[in-house]
Amino acid sequence: MDEIRDVVLEYVINEYMEDQDEELTYDTALISGGFVDSFSMVSLKRFLETRYKISLPDNRATPEAFDSVNKITELVMEFLAAKE
Amino acid sequence: MAYSARTRAIFENQINTLKDGGILKIERYIHSVQDAEIEVEFPPGAPLKKVINICANNYLGLSSHPAVVKAAHEGLDARGYGMSSVRFICGTQDIHKELEEKVSKFLGTEDTILFPSCMDANAGVFEAILTEEDVMISDRLVHASLIDGIRLCKAMTDSFKHSDMKHLEEKLILHADKRIKLVITDGVYSMDGDTAKLDEMVALCEKYDAMILVDESHASGFIGKTGRGTHEKYGVMGKIDLITTTFGKGLGGASGGCVSGRKELVEMCRQKARPYLFSNTIAPPVVAGVISVLDTLSKTTERRDKLEKNANWWRQGLLDAGFILQPGDTPIVPVMLFDAKLSQDFAIDLFNEGVYAIGFFFPVVPQGKARIRTQISAAHEMHHLEKALAAFIKVGKKYDILGKSKKEIMEMYGA
Amino acid sequence: MSKKFLHELSQQLETIEFSGMYKKERILNSSQSSKISLISGQEVLNFCANNYLGFSNHPEVVKAAQETMNHWGFGLSSVRFICGTQDIHKKLEAKVSDFLGTEDTILFSSCFDANGGVFEPLLMEDSAIISDMLNHASIIDGVRLCKAQRFRYKHSNMEELEEMLKESKNLKYRLIVTDGVFSMDGDIANLKSICDLADKYDALVMVDDSHATGYIGKTGRGTPEHCGVTGRVDIITTTFGKALGGASGGCVSGKKEVIDILRQRSRPYLFSNTVPPAIVGGVLKVLDILTESSELVDKVKSNADYFRSEMIKAGFDIVPGNTAIVSVMFYEEPLAIKVASRLLEEGIYVIGFCYPVVPRGKARIRVQLSAAHSRDDVQKALLAFTKVGKEMNII
Repeated sequence: MDEIRDVVLEYVINEYMEDQDEELTYDTALISGGFVDSFSMVSLKRFLETRYKISLPDNRATPEAFDSVNKITELVMEFLAAKE
Repeated sequence: MAYSARTRAIFENQINTLKDGGILKIERYIHSVQDAEIEVEFPPGAPLKKVINICANNYLGLSSHPAVVKAAHEGLDARGYGMSSVRFICGTQDIHKELEEKVSKFLGTEDTILFPSCMDANAGVFEAILTEEDVMISDRLVHASLIDGIRLCKAMTDSFKHSDMKHLEEKLILHADKRIKLVITDGVYSMDGDTAKLDEMVALCEKYDAMILVDESHASGFIGKTGRGTHEKYGVMGKIDLITTTFGKGLGGASGGCVSGRKELVEMCRQKARPYLFSNTIAPPVVAGVISVLDTLSKTTERRDKLEKNANWWRQGLLDAGFILQPGDTPIVPVMLFDAKLSQDFAIDLFNEGVYAIGFFFPVVPQGKARIRTQISAAHEMHHLEKALAAFIKVGKKYDILGKSKKEIMEMYGA
Repeated sequence: MSKKFLHELSQQLETIEFSGMYKKERILNSSQSSKISLISGQEVLNFCANNYLGFSNHPEVVKAAQETMNHWGFGLSSVRFICGTQDIHKKLEAKVSDFLGTEDTILFSSCFDANGGVFEPLLMEDSAIISDMLNHASIIDGVRLCKAQRFRYKHSNMEELEEMLKESKNLKYRLIVTDGVFSMDGDIANLKSICDLADKYDALVMVDDSHATGYIGKTGRGTPEHCGVTGRVDIITTTFGKALGGASGGCVSGKKEVIDILRQRSRPYLFSNTVPPAIVGGVLKVLDILTESSELVDKVKSNADYFRSEMIKAGFDIVPGNTAIVSVMFYEEPLAIKVASRLLEEGIYVIGFCYPVVPRGKARIRVQLSAAHSRDDVQKALLAFTKVGKEMNII
């Protein structure tokens, strides 16, 4: 769990932060807080699918479900569990 | 109808919230033509004040040019006031086809389709061309109207960091499996005044078999040696698949816009773009005015040369005075003040000194990057620019920011 | 640039052409009027423009546009909030409010943009838009850009509208949206019932009066006047691109707070130039003329009534209605197209409308009357219709 969280956090920082001095926590509102533009959610989805070999249906990969590192982690965990 | 006291109160509250937050927008009423100097009523009811205007998109100074007005007069006499019809019924005149041809020739493209505005061009172009099998990869700072168009289209969306070519390349690789990859960028970014690196972008598009769309609204008529736009500046004329641009800025400033590019793409827009199918095209007097603008610009580069000279002088003058500018080489020169309140106070002081410019802050620009955006025009004479620069220096001294670093300014004014 | 894609598009375009849905433009080399000239050299009587009052090339309107340009220039090169608002724009907004009997008005560069920008700032996902199924495409686009829940009722079906008002009663606001005049059938919305239902169920009402403003109602104020509900419609959108001169531009007119919110938040308003000075000057003149006299309103009405009744007498199948849009039904698509092209040979320019603009098997020719038509023009059209109708054994 912790490992997934940190992988996601690192990805989000590299992908979206212009200024690296911006503080980002596991609970920062990513999309509603204006850090992640909703146009590029698809990259995040593809990254998760490739990295964790899961398939996230579109109706689950919503702006709400992607709105914080913690929420994303929960979603990934759920699909990893379903796989096993 | 049920616009009850309850309903009214809800909207009233929303407006009051904006007012209290200091973000209620208030319009300045102009009692003159658009030009280097304008007469402004602000706030509403106040006596008229004559000010030097450095916040219009009147880059070539054509908004009230007598030759353009005369051409529009003649257009009215020859082709009437309005069409009262959409293009496909009985709303297409010979002058509309003439303008489409002239735009294609000017931009170096295969074909052009007119829209009532560039906002409409951007709103209609994506949906007309792309499907679910495609992806649109846009720069994260593209104009709001492109974002609306992207939202209306079913193709997948993705974005890349502003002008970050490495990031764009990663995205092109990521979406290699898509039928069409369309890269979307502004030619000139209106808030920073920087230009898209179109040479590198075209090279990447060629490498990864992608298409490119450039919004040239803040470039057409004056960027590049002969004013054709950003694609001329970067030596990629003929290699941009889609250009959208406006006649509402440099090219006369009245209204109207277009999509110009590959002939099949333009034809798809004619068949499918909703703002084109369901709205009148540009009215005859405006068409006639724009035709005369393009005729003049095709003959001589005098106006864009003057604009370039003005902009260079202005940029250098501000730098010499000790202001921090956003780097660039366009007529959009942002003077960085970083703090939102400072940008507002600064603009008010400038206005009192007879210079009209606007302070921009979050969310229009990123947090901590508030600025005064200045826009230079070929309508400006040296005495206008000298007076405006003197006003900037006077106000800059008042706030003691000349020669100061970002950190020093933030320490003085940042929260 | 992908050659493969361009090839694919060419094929798509061929398919469109093959299926008869390829849109071709007819080019005029004259101004818009009752009589127009085509680049083929042919002069024809025009019965397919939205030039209901004949203002498109009215000498006073042209003159007003020229004079306005002399004083206010060609363009503004700026959006409203920066330096793109002149006093004439405020004057036009006030005049439109006066004319329509509303509290305030906001200009847009077109009514397409007005409809595109009106919903999103006003309604969130906790509200609903209840829309007539035959509403104009621009309303559909505006609704697509808005997060509110969507309901659609069968054209002018008040029972279904009431059902939806009941169904959505738990939502914060409900906005009923309808065209004032439906452009394909030329019928008028039942605004009296709609306003009554809105009162009963605490809903708001919006009317797109593009095909009505200027000539429907006793003094041309539009469908609210015609239906006797002036002041009961909360939001009116309309265009200056049809009866009111036909150049371009549109507006949203209504309650003051609604207009204030749109000024702050409506995207097409914030991100696009407003109506250019020449056009503003023309519309101001049009509104002056209409406020002074109802002569042109009366004339288009009498032309339309005459044409409609004579066509019925001649045996044509006419969609019932009482506007200047007279739809002549032919049902079969090839027939409507053929009749239209025969009429063009006879010097009468009309358009045959087929699927998907109208439902399949409901092909028609839409005739639009204008105050610019003389009685003689209308008679010529009647003669031509009768001649072609007999020729083809329709009447």
